[in-house]
Amino acid sequence: MDEIMSKNNSEYLIERNDNVYEVVIGLEVHAQVTSNSKLFSSSSTKFGAEPNTQVSLVDAAFPGMLPVINEFCVKQAIKTGIGLRAKINNKSVFDRKNYFYADLPQGYQISQYKYPIVGEGNVILDMPEGQKQVGIERLHLEQDAGKSIHDIDPSNTLVDLNRSGVALMEIVSKPDLRSPDEVNAYIKKLRSIMRYLGTCDGNMQEGSLRADVNVSVRIKGSTDLGTRCEIKNVNSIKFMQMAIIYEANRQVDLIEEGQEIDQETRLFDTKKNETRSMRSKEDAHDYRYFPDPDLLPLEVTDEFIDKLKSEIPELPDDKKKRFIDEFKVSPYDATILVSDIDTAKYFEEVVAKMGKNRDMKLAVNWITGELFAVLNEKNIEIAQSPISAKNLAKLINLIKNGTISGKIAKTIFELMLDGDIDPQIIVEEKGLKQESDPKALEALIDKIINDNREKAIEYKQGKEKLFGFFVGQAMKASGGKANPQLINEILKKKL
Amino acid sequence: MSEITSLTLYELIKNIKEKKISSNEAAKSFVDRAEKSKKINAYVTENFENCLKLSKKFDDKPNFDLKLPGIPIAVKDLFCTNEVRTTAGSNILNNFVPTYESTVTQNIWNEGGILLGKLNCDEFAMGSSNETSFFGNVQNPIAEDLVPGGSSGGSSAALAANLTPVTIGTDTGGSIRQPASFTGTVGLKPTYGSCSRYGIVAFASSLDQAGPMSKDVKDSSILLEVISSFDKKDSTSIDFKRNNYSSELTRNIKGLKIGIPKEYRVDGMPDEIEKLWKKGIEYAKDCGAEIIDISLPHTSYALPTYYIVAPAEASSNLARYDGVKYGLRSSGKNLIDMYEKTRSEGFGEEVKRRVMIGTYVLSSGYYDAYYLKAQKVRQLIKQDFDQAYNKVDAILTPSTPSSAFKIGEKSNDPVSMYLNDIFTVPVNLAGLPGISIPAGVDKNNYPLGLQIIGKPFDEQTVLNIAYSMEEKINYKNNITDWWMK
Repeated sequence: MDEIMSKNNSEYLIERNDNVYEVVIGLEVHAQVTSNSKLFSSSSTKFGAEPNTQVSLVDAAFPGMLPVINEFCVKQAIKTGIGLRAKINNKSVFDRKNYFYADLPQGYQISQYKYPIVGEGNVILDMPEGQKQVGIERLHLEQDAGKSIHDIDPSNTLVDLNRSGVALMEIVSKPDLRSPDEVNAYIKKLRSIMRYLGTCDGNMQEGSLRADVNVSVRIKGSTDLGTRCEIKNVNSIKFMQMAIIYEANRQVDLIEEGQEIDQETRLFDTKKNETRSMRSKEDAHDYRYFPDPDLLPLEVTDEFIDKLKSEIPELPDDKKKRFIDEFKVSPYDATILVSDIDTAKYFEEVVAKMGKNRDMKLAVNWITGELFAVLNEKNIEIAQSPISAKNLAKLINLIKNGTISGKIAKTIFELMLDGDIDPQIIVEEKGLKQESDPKALEALIDKIINDNREKAIEYKQGKEKLFGFFVGQAMKASGGKANPQLINEILKKKL
Repeated sequence: MSEITSLTLYELIKNIKEKKISSNEAAKSFVDRAEKSKKINAYVTENFENCLKLSKKFDDKPNFDLKLPGIPIAVKDLFCTNEVRTTAGSNILNNFVPTYESTVTQNIWNEGGILLGKLNCDEFAMGSSNETSFFGNVQNPIAEDLVPGGSSGGSSAALAANLTPVTIGTDTGGSIRQPASFTGTVGLKPTYGSCSRYGIVAFASSLDQAGPMSKDVKDSSILLEVISSFDKKDSTSIDFKRNNYSSELTRNIKGLKIGIPKEYRVDGMPDEIEKLWKKGIEYAKDCGAEIIDISLPHTSYALPTYYIVAPAEASSNLARYDGVKYGLRSSGKNLIDMYEKTRSEGFGEEVKRRVMIGTYVLSSGYYDAYYLKAQKVRQLIKQDFDQAYNKVDAILTPSTPSSAFKIGEKSNDPVSMYLNDIFTVPVNLAGLPGISIPAGVDKNNYPLGLQIIGKPFDEQTVLNIAYSMEEKINYKNNITDWWMK
């Protein structure tokens, strides 16, 4: 097993009694459409409002109320489809998915069943061992339900309909994923694409992105699909991964014990880290899908789609390619830089502000190194970065043109954090300009050699390690401002 | 003031405009008559006080440019009316008071109409005799213990009994035309998409259509002009150029081709219906129309198709009445128990029957054989009409296979009840306009109606033919006010 693992470090295999199993995963991701109003009503979709304050008569399914499609949500779905390199269907149909629940006011959810708005597409994952393409089966539009709250009142369930009718895109993947790592990469890539497009904010804490996870296992090398279980409504990547690992191992254990796997819907208990049966195939709801007679089939022309295509911004895959080709950034760095649209924007702004004599390597290192560390520490997004791209670019230019050393730059960087201060001003105010005058440095070094005669002799006799000592002394004597390159050169000459 | 209540809408408007009658006088007349007509049981909810107040307000500041200047009007209790209880004839909405107004009724108030009250109907418009209403049977003013038809039975009865100058109903499978036929009045179902469904309690969304009910054809044209409008709030509303139906109304139908579909000669149809139809053909000829025999080959499949499509949609449309948000809630041990008790107590037998039929035909394993097949047949029925309209401008048929029957006569035999809709249902399935006009009486002197079916959006031709034939037929209801004695 170790040998297999080493070939492909994001593969996930389970070994039992000489059998090696692989896990087959398909995801149904529910992504909330970024839109001010709901899919079929004009109510606000703002997160976090008081319960039942964003509910129209349509959302609460009052008698005689009728749904009217929100064109903006349709555009968002089509844009997402374009981002997934998918076929956009000129005609799609809204169906009713019928079931009773307290937080489903209509007694049915309006969804798309037979004819979704978006057909087959694909997503490219950047895995450590290379790229992997994951197929998209379809994307369809549907309404979200409300929320049942069971833990406020001891004897009643309370219902909040703020979410009722909010537009969701259900993005169904093909069963192409093979490991928790790939699931991680897939969700992040989907999220990234949608954030680039502005079609879903991907905020998992607010429930903007949730997934039903389909898991089955099979002997590695087999082409048949095993019986799958669907784990419902998992709302973080970590939980998805934990659920998959638990579920895959549960299924392998059953097979090894000679038992059958029941096709069923399961729930992931995040506290116990286990999946539990919710309902079996026999108990599965009969949703009695049929076309919603309140809505006409949704028809979009090629012109409509083409216009949206022309509005699509540069997406992560293209941006990555451009960063590599144009900026000579390494594929590894490019992947990091494009993974989030705000990071990419920040990087491009730094590049632009650096001007002609730009240093890409420095820019990448400062962003993915120092800046990311600060963002991590403060637990904030790059959009809220305490240092603007403009000032970071200035700092990088100061290093590049030799005004300051890299070490001093780190000191300046710390000072810049307090209110996005212009590094040039800090250099001037604190007198941190790098000493690059060879004569001044020669004098300084002469003095150091003089003061440390014995060590200089030892060095000449072959104790080369002492070179670092002299560099350190020189830097110390200059208050860290000495140009390290020049120090090296002069020391070599003098010693 | 009984003469006020027997005026047609057109006459009443004329009198009000000429200041011979005030809006308040009119309102008082209708209210007074309603007070003496409780036995009809036409009203579920009276709005009399408010109506009198509003009519006075109108008289203080009259606007005679409106199409319905200060006219008191009662409407079917399927239209949601702001701050006035709306029950759909059901216990489950017994105490439901909307905070909003249906587009169709709003159109009426915008043109000066004043709400008299809400009229009885079959529960959720499911019925052909008004006997499924939670609020009791409605008496047909024609004769005691006779049904007024359904589902707009309160509307047809109120109209025939002179309790409202005109009214509006809804027609899913004949619910305007059949009660019109049973009460010797006029009822028009417009083309699907003409009148907005916004704010109308839904029965079967792909079939439901509101329409005018009146004492004569001219009144229907006036009211249609008011209620027919494109409405963005209803995605199935159609933005077509609507005629000025009343001012374009003409009796000149010379040269129009009227089709007679042979498939409407159904087995067991009473002789008197056959005779009525023949008489109708002669009247049409007299009016200058050309009569052409046509075929609508899939007619016999219309009724079974309707009784799959309509219950399927209804089963889903009625899912919202679950006791959670509004309306009746019975207490239960848990959510499922609450649902079961609420819906058991809230819905009547006929509604439950149709919800079950609808649930069944949509169920996995049955969907293809029933719902999908029905949708295909519906297309064929539509095509029948399309082909017929290559040859003719309109189609003439009887409105119903029989005259009004006695209360209780068919209530234990749903299939025989469903057969009432045999001539009206194809029109809904094809989305066409159709009107029923009184054309004669049967051996008991009960009214019989003829139906004129038109091309999509061609309400004007339908109205013109009806207007022209109406003059020749010269039918008059003989209402004795027996219920007041």
